[in-house]
Amino acid sequence: MSAQPRDAYFIPLDAIDVSDPQLYQDDAYYPYFERLRREAPVHWCRESRYGPYWSVCKYKDIMQVEVNHQVYSSELGGIAVEDPPVGLERESFIRMDPPKHDEQRKVVGPIVAPANLAEMEATIRERTIRVLEGLPRNETFDWVERVSIELTTMMLATLFDYPWEDRRQLTYWSDVAICNVHAPESPVHSEQEKFDELKKMAERMAELYNERAKAPPKFDLLSMLAHGRATQDMPLREFMGNLTLLIVGGNDTTRNSMTGGLYALSQHPHEYQKLRENPALVASLVPEIIRYVTPVIHMRRTATQDAELGGQPIRAGDKVVMWYVSGNRDPDAIDDPDNFIIDRPRPRQHLSFGFGIHRCVGNRLAELQLRILWEELLPRHPTIEVLAPPRRTYSNFIHGMRSMPVRIPTLN
Amino acid sequence: MPKVTYIEYNGTEHPVEVPVGLSVMRGAVNNNVPGIDADCGGECACATCHVYVDPAWLDKIGTPIPGSQEASMLSFAAEGKPNSRLSCQIAMHEEFDGLIVRMPQGQH
Repeated sequence: MSAQPRDAYFIPLDAIDVSDPQLYQDDAYYPYFERLRREAPVHWCRESRYGPYWSVCKYKDIMQVEVNHQVYSSELGGIAVEDPPVGLERESFIRMDPPKHDEQRKVVGPIVAPANLAEMEATIRERTIRVLEGLPRNETFDWVERVSIELTTMMLATLFDYPWEDRRQLTYWSDVAICNVHAPESPVHSEQEKFDELKKMAERMAELYNERAKAPPKFDLLSMLAHGRATQDMPLREFMGNLTLLIVGGNDTTRNSMTGGLYALSQHPHEYQKLRENPALVASLVPEIIRYVTPVIHMRRTATQDAELGGQPIRAGDKVVMWYVSGNRDPDAIDDPDNFIIDRPRPRQHLSFGFGIHRCVGNRLAELQLRILWEELLPRHPTIEVLAPPRRTYSNFIHGMRSMPVRIPTLN
Repeated sequence: MPKVTYIEYNGTEHPVEVPVGLSVMRGAVNNNVPGIDADCGGECACATCHVYVDPAWLDKIGTPIPGSQEASMLSFAAEGKPNSRLSCQIAMHEEFDGLIVRMPQGQH
């Protein structure tokens, strides 16, 4: 039984538990955070299926956690409200604190640096055009399958220099990695099964990695990992963890922004019209999509010491959850935050990429892919009808959209 | 009012008057100088206001304190150099009149 929106205002404050993945599958979480931001912006949930945890709901409090990595550790308890599965943990640099985090991140960072993005732009554009020109007209099709997955999987195959014809394996492993094993629609149904599938991924990747370790360094993620001093000789689980991080970070978030962006425009026809009349607005549309969709729902930290946050006493060892979905709708930081406005004055001031040392390494690549999509979409298909809301993922971590039926009307 | 010259990656120069006390980042953003994104709005939390301080000014402006948040964020920026700074961390001062900063190829 899913929660009703009105429950958010009638249940006792201390009974609110925003970690329930059903809230996100049903897109029903907004009123809970609206109430928390007003009544308990740093909120203690005493009991949940994941144990007790703090919810940090306001933009400025989230920023404070982000920049204090000495106090709020990613390594002590991982980055999700759900603890890593005991005995099946898979380390990766997003789950590390300095100095090891810094060393590993610096190995892969250059692949998404501005100079390399400039080199990749023409390839991304050419592929995007090909995908868009192949779309059917006057026929219902799944936007997620035909556009969002297709484009982001091609990007991922390029980043890894993965065999082109096998690239959908990457999509599958990404879906395995982020899925909640308790959801019926998930590709795997236990943590052990998830581990086993990701181990198969690591074995396949290890073959490519070993070839690239023997060859001269080149500009793909596997070669960079193989030649990077901080990432060569990783133990199996760390190899699994870092690959998973790069695969999920490198496609799933952008995939959902490609879907969520079209959905948002379809829900705000006035903004869609503004965009058609002035395609230059793509520049501010893109960050607004990323804010509005908020592809990563939360990140979790663990307090290394007693601290105070928003007037609340945080104790060493406490689980501290930054709800990006809430901070991005905080009216004290963003004007009229529940509205989708494609020409906001400071559209890039949002929390979707995180801040501080763990800030999304691929943020500019994500923006580039979305920018090209909309630049090429508008002249070809100025109108796309969304026929039903997206089917969403059962997850409190990744804001996934599994499918969305659309139709491109025949040209007049 | 002291003046700062911002030079884009393509060489375009933007001379701007920046009030004392305001950050060099804010001076650019308030005057629509392209090339400084400042995603975090001045919290030293993103490294998208990265600039290269003209070498002649480096002694006066100074370099980030080793181990500081600024040094840490800059260490992840693309094309970091010894004269790299986050412009949100440079507060304008009378003595900085004539300061020249250059922008990287892109903020990241």
